Amino acid sequence: MLEVHDLRLGFTAGPQTLLAVDGISFAISRGETFALLGESGCGKSATAQGLMRLLPAAGRLVGGSIRLDGEELLALSEAQMRAYRGGRMAMIFQEPATSLNPVLTVGRQIAEVLQQHQALSGPAASARMVDLLRQVGIADPERRLDEYPFQLSGGMKQRVMIAIALAGEPDLLIADEPTTALDVTVQAQILDLLAQLQVDRGMGMLLITHDLGVVARMAQRIGVMYAGELVEVASREDFFAQPRHPYTQALFAALPDVARRGMALATIPGQVPALAAMPAGCRFAERCPQVMAVCRAEAPAWREVTAGHVVRCHWQGAAAMPMQTGDADETESAVKPPYLAVDGLKVHFPIRQGFWQRTVGHVRAVDGVSLRISPGRTLALVGESGCGKTTVGKAVLQLIKPTAGQVRLAGQPLEALQGAALRKARRPLQMIFQDPFASLNPRLRIGEIILEGMRVDARGKGNETAAALTRLLVQVGLPADTVDRYPHEFSGGQRQRIAIARALAVQPALLICDEPTSALDVSVQAQILNLLKQLQADLGVAYLFITHNFAVVDYLAHDIAVMYLGRIVEQGRADEVLSRPAHPYTQALLSAVPAPRLALARQRIRLPGETPSPARPPSGCHFHPRCPQASERCRQDYPSGTARSATHTVNCHFPL
Amino acid sequence: MNGWQLVILWSDGLVWLLLAAGLALGGLIARSPPLRVAWQRVGANRIGMASATVLLAFVGIGLLDSLHYRVALDGKPGEPIRYAIEVLSVLDALATPLRTRNEKTYSAPLASRLYAKETLDQPGGGAQRDYPRLKHGGLHLGERENERLADIAFTTFRAVVLAFLGWLAVVAVVASTVNGAGWRKIWRGETAFAWSAVLATLGVLLLVAVPVFSLSGQYHVFGTDKVGQDVLYQILKSVRTALIIGLVTTLVMLPLAVLLGIVAGYFRGWVDDVIQYVYTVLNSIPGVLLIAAAVLMMQVVIDTHPAWFATAAERADLRLLALCFILGITSWTGLCRLLRGETLKLRELEYIQAAQAFGVSSTRIIGRHILPNLMHIVIIALVMDFSGLVLAEAVLSYVGIGVDPTMTSFGTMINNARMELGREPVVWWSLAAAFSAMFILVLAANLFADAIRDAFDPRAA
Amino acid sequence: MLAYILRRLFYALPILIGVNLLTFALFFIVNTPDDMARMQLGVKRVTPEAIAHWKAERGYDKPLFINLAASGLSTVTNTIFFDKSARMFVGDFGRAEDGRDIAREIGARMGPSLAIALPTFMLGLFVTVSFALLLAFFRATALDVWGVVLCVAMMSISGLFYIIGGQYLIAKVWKLVPISGFGDGLDAWRFLVLPVFIGVISGIGSSTRWYRTIFLEEVSKDYVRTARAKGLPETLVFFRHILRNAMIPILTGVVVVIPLLFMGSLLTESFFGIPGLGSYTIDAINAQDFAVVRAMVFIGAVLYIIGLILTDISYTLVDPRIRFS
Repeated sequence: MLEVHDLRLGFTAGPQTLLAVDGISFAISRGETFALLGESGCGKSATAQGLMRLLPAAGRLVGGSIRLDGEELLALSEAQMRAYRGGRMAMIFQEPATSLNPVLTVGRQIAEVLQQHQALSGPAASARMVDLLRQVGIADPERRLDEYPFQLSGGMKQRVMIAIALAGEPDLLIADEPTTALDVTVQAQILDLLAQLQVDRGMGMLLITHDLGVVARMAQRIGVMYAGELVEVASREDFFAQPRHPYTQALFAALPDVARRGMALATIPGQVPALAAMPAGCRFAERCPQVMAVCRAEAPAWREVTAGHVVRCHWQGAAAMPMQTGDADETESAVKPPYLAVDGLKVHFPIRQGFWQRTVGHVRAVDGVSLRISPGRTLALVGESGCGKTTVGKAVLQLIKPTAGQVRLAGQPLEALQGAALRKARRPLQMIFQDPFASLNPRLRIGEIILEGMRVDARGKGNETAAALTRLLVQVGLPADTVDRYPHEFSGGQRQRIAIARALAVQPALLICDEPTSALDVSVQAQILNLLKQLQADLGVAYLFITHNFAVVDYLAHDIAVMYLGRIVEQGRADEVLSRPAHPYTQALLSAVPAPRLALARQRIRLPGETPSPARPPSGCHFHPRCPQASERCRQDYPSGTARSATHTVNCHFPL
Repeated sequence: MNGWQLVILWSDGLVWLLLAAGLALGGLIARSPPLRVAWQRVGANRIGMASATVLLAFVGIGLLDSLHYRVALDGKPGEPIRYAIEVLSVLDALATPLRTRNEKTYSAPLASRLYAKETLDQPGGGAQRDYPRLKHGGLHLGERENERLADIAFTTFRAVVLAFLGWLAVVAVVASTVNGAGWRKIWRGETAFAWSAVLATLGVLLLVAVPVFSLSGQYHVFGTDKVGQDVLYQILKSVRTALIIGLVTTLVMLPLAVLLGIVAGYFRGWVDDVIQYVYTVLNSIPGVLLIAAAVLMMQVVIDTHPAWFATAAERADLRLLALCFILGITSWTGLCRLLRGETLKLRELEYIQAAQAFGVSSTRIIGRHILPNLMHIVIIALVMDFSGLVLAEAVLSYVGIGVDPTMTSFGTMINNARMELGREPVVWWSLAAAFSAMFILVLAANLFADAIRDAFDPRAA
Repeated sequence: MLAYILRRLFYALPILIGVNLLTFALFFIVNTPDDMARMQLGVKRVTPEAIAHWKAERGYDKPLFINLAASGLSTVTNTIFFDKSARMFVGDFGRAEDGRDIAREIGARMGPSLAIALPTFMLGLFVTVSFALLLAFFRATALDVWGVVLCVAMMSISGLFYIIGGQYLIAKVWKLVPISGFGDGLDAWRFLVLPVFIGVISGIGSSTRWYRTIFLEEVSKDYVRTARAKGLPETLVFFRHILRNAMIPILTGVVVVIPLLFMGSLLTESFFGIPGLGSYTIDAINAQDFAVVRAMVFIGAVLYIIGLILTDISYTLVDPRIRFS
């Protein structure tokens, strides 16, 4: 149905045009899902926008052909193209929160498409809209039509986006990272919905993603993109059974997984070449473990490995990459007395209303959390967005004053301290943040950034400081000349290394890592995880690792605490929680994570709805409205902790 | 030549202080790469550099007019030297002919006779109504008054040739001294710094300024006003007033806005409440009215304390400074609010939280992390405000709450000439000259401000 | 909603008190009434008796804050502060130098001021928003580039030039309308055309540029991409999606000046001889009539604060995100 041939797209930068997509070809047939897989900056989103001819102002269609049922789209006038956009081909985007017009009702935004492409209006349109909203699984559709986007939750907004896309009865649906901004349980709902709709309507679907798990769940054929080129195209079975391109293999090897606990992850050295400086030969050559002389000289041609499985590589081998295995250090140390002890931590933000701005309620961001971390161990705090896990991190550091509860560091309570005493006491406690771009001051040199922590101590002078600086940079794997450069010269992964070096400068005993890898690509994430693990082995530093990503938890954590709506619902050793989850929420979370392999027909638990607001948590057990096992008792009492073993507790009336 | 005494008026001091501060800032910028990169972007912007050239010309005039002195009076030997009441500037000295050669009343640009008929005594007795000859304009023509146009054309032509040669010389110097330039690259606009725009603007400036200069020796190029003063001289004198209003005012408001804005945004709580209250109160009084009220009160102070001022120039000067202070105090609120909002955003950024986690003190966080990351807003606000202040001076002086009536400024020029369009025949040159000069200055400032904003705004980059 | 407006009104009170104290300090503490009397009387007529008479005539002979000579409540009420400042809260502004009641004068002069300011405001808003929309629609084309150049040029011209030039050209050379003056009833339009026209023209430069920036900011938002992906024509994308969102900052930005329209414009009114509040203020400034200036400062602040409250209310009206939460 859709045939893309030698498509080339570029962005103008000054006098020249830089090619972001350089000659890619693929085809999608009716009812098929084709996934474009790649890391950020490889040109996959530009491809999607190019297909719709919706490139941003600087974008240019340089050449190639796009045919939909034989009709050449690039030859159409802008007016003719509009009949295709939203009609025969529709698109959904990554950020449902910003992709809907905030000041128009849901109904108006769907009605527009019906008016434009189906010439429907009035009652017929209303009936059709209700029907569409029902199809995308929105309850009470009549009422929702008159609501504005801000009144809907994230998952609902994405459902509305899908309804808008379906309104034009498209033959081809382009989904650009449709679930990246959503929580895992909601992601699972949306993926199910997309798969269902595609089967019902026989649409072709172009799925753009960076997530191998999503690919495994959705795609029938997969194309891997690297630096503006397709490097491998294969059917789902071939792709997962035997990836051929070294890049694809490296992507798989870089994924953290419980199966690789204790081993270092494979990493891809270097980074994607810049658009302005594309190498002449194979674009992956600089980073490829299998690189040969010919790779740097000429670009490889397509080679068919098996029927329908083509790869663009000079290397003929098939074996997966040799794994860089680390030493298995899984010797469970005897449990030492806890270094950090948090008891009944609460952080409430008041809600003020009315004439006198009286406090009418509280947002219970953190509502009674207790944690223990022993020296040299890693506790993973897992939960979906809005569950309060980041607030816990900041409250432990006293960056936010806790409303109640105790934080003791090596036996010393922190919450009673003020000013200089507090600053001194929490020095062994440091934080690494999620966004490597916001966590370094752009106006300071790297040396100054790292020294910021040291200087307060006035420890060491002159040569000593310089030596310490070099040692830190070597420790996090950065060249020593980094010192005099500025943050903007570094990539995301390098910046995260700098942030780690800054935290290490004060020789901390405990690092609070707040989603340190969620803004990074898979291959870079592997580098950072390896580094964190190495540092723990070398320096014996403990981690409080805040994340939503179970794969990372699998790989790194000794202990796990699962949070839901400001409270910990299950806590225990990693193997206990992961292999024998007792709380229905933990189970559902685990089963919602799409696995990056061919599914073994595993039973999936789908949670209905989304996390409620912490301002008005449900009565009784917070989880009961979404829980498949909920009973009358769950609606009334919050369950107290039940011990499953010496280390494993769960807050549920009916633990599994 | 008699002896002279250096006079440093308050505003002179501030002007040279500003210049020194500007140069020091330039030195600092050269050492901080992120800011240097931004200024290099400004330097590459052709419109920005062209307008900067024009602005520099204005600043040059203003600086010349900011070196004041008093001439010693002729006295008998042995007596202590006394100095003239009149305070002169270097510009006055350079433009002595313009300053001193006053006519009786209106004369049109480049005219040799007055604009209105008068009754003249004929040499042979009797009287006749005619346009009398000017005392100075076109005097050198003598009886050959009918050759006036030819003389003007010839002088202009000679000056244009001279200007062109001078310009070529400048181009040659630039092409040979600037690294990696060469006139071909400059011509094609391939240099990192927009030399082509600077040189082109310089060419235009020379082509206008040199002929005007050489004509002004014999004629009143822009005519004379009601009391016969040369309009060109008034324009030159107005430049300094406009620059001082535009620059010193920002100097006054800057510390207030930056300090209070950052403190309110960083500490929040009751500090924030107090600062917000203060600027809401100030903001809620319409600007013109607050200025009017303050200026009226200042007038009372000045008028009731005549003993405070040694000379008229000193009084006018202090009044000018007081106006700058009043404008500064009424206009810091906008920038303050902007900086407060930006600080609120910055303080939530992770590098600030990281610094807090290290136990870095608040003053240090403000100095190292917040202030440097707000500098671009401050610089943009400074250049954006300049043109608004120059325009405001004209309006305020027109309304009568601006500079001292004895001080030459665009506003007082327009105010004095306000009724001239009502005359028959129309006297247009005073107004036209004042408005044109002001337009060129403000346009250059606006275009330069745009270039600065494009280079410094992170969203635009 | 009602509680919200009430609270806003309640917050306005301390600000008004602040304004009141500030003006009092400016007018009575920076200079003593004696200074003002000396200034008003002129050098030749200054005698202690003349000063005392001048002060007594205007009620400036009382103590500033506390009158120890009086008893009971009038220790506070029989003072300059109470008479001249506190009474302004109830609309009592005292008398001008010419002996007329300021409050009555203000009431009579609001009409003419509004007759000029309101049409200028409405027409100006319409013209500048349309112009900005045009530039944003044809963004990055020659039309846009030259439009912005025109805007920068227009905002670099002094407001005085627009008035003087416009008056000269249209009224004097072309003789299309009277140069200045004001008439009653329907006849007034002949006097209004020119000042309104000039007012609109002089505002085009800066407003258009500002609105264009707002439009361009909206153009780059994600929902615009969604609208285009629906296959909507560009005109519909602009008028249905972008215009609606951009009008939120534009409308709420201009609402604050609506109450201030009552104050009129100083320049326009003095040039065109309109008997409004603007020319009243200018005359007062020139005559150094402190009572009138003080009254105008206070009224200006009141109107501005009303504007702030209206802004808050208008947000809730135009933005559904605030309306429903």
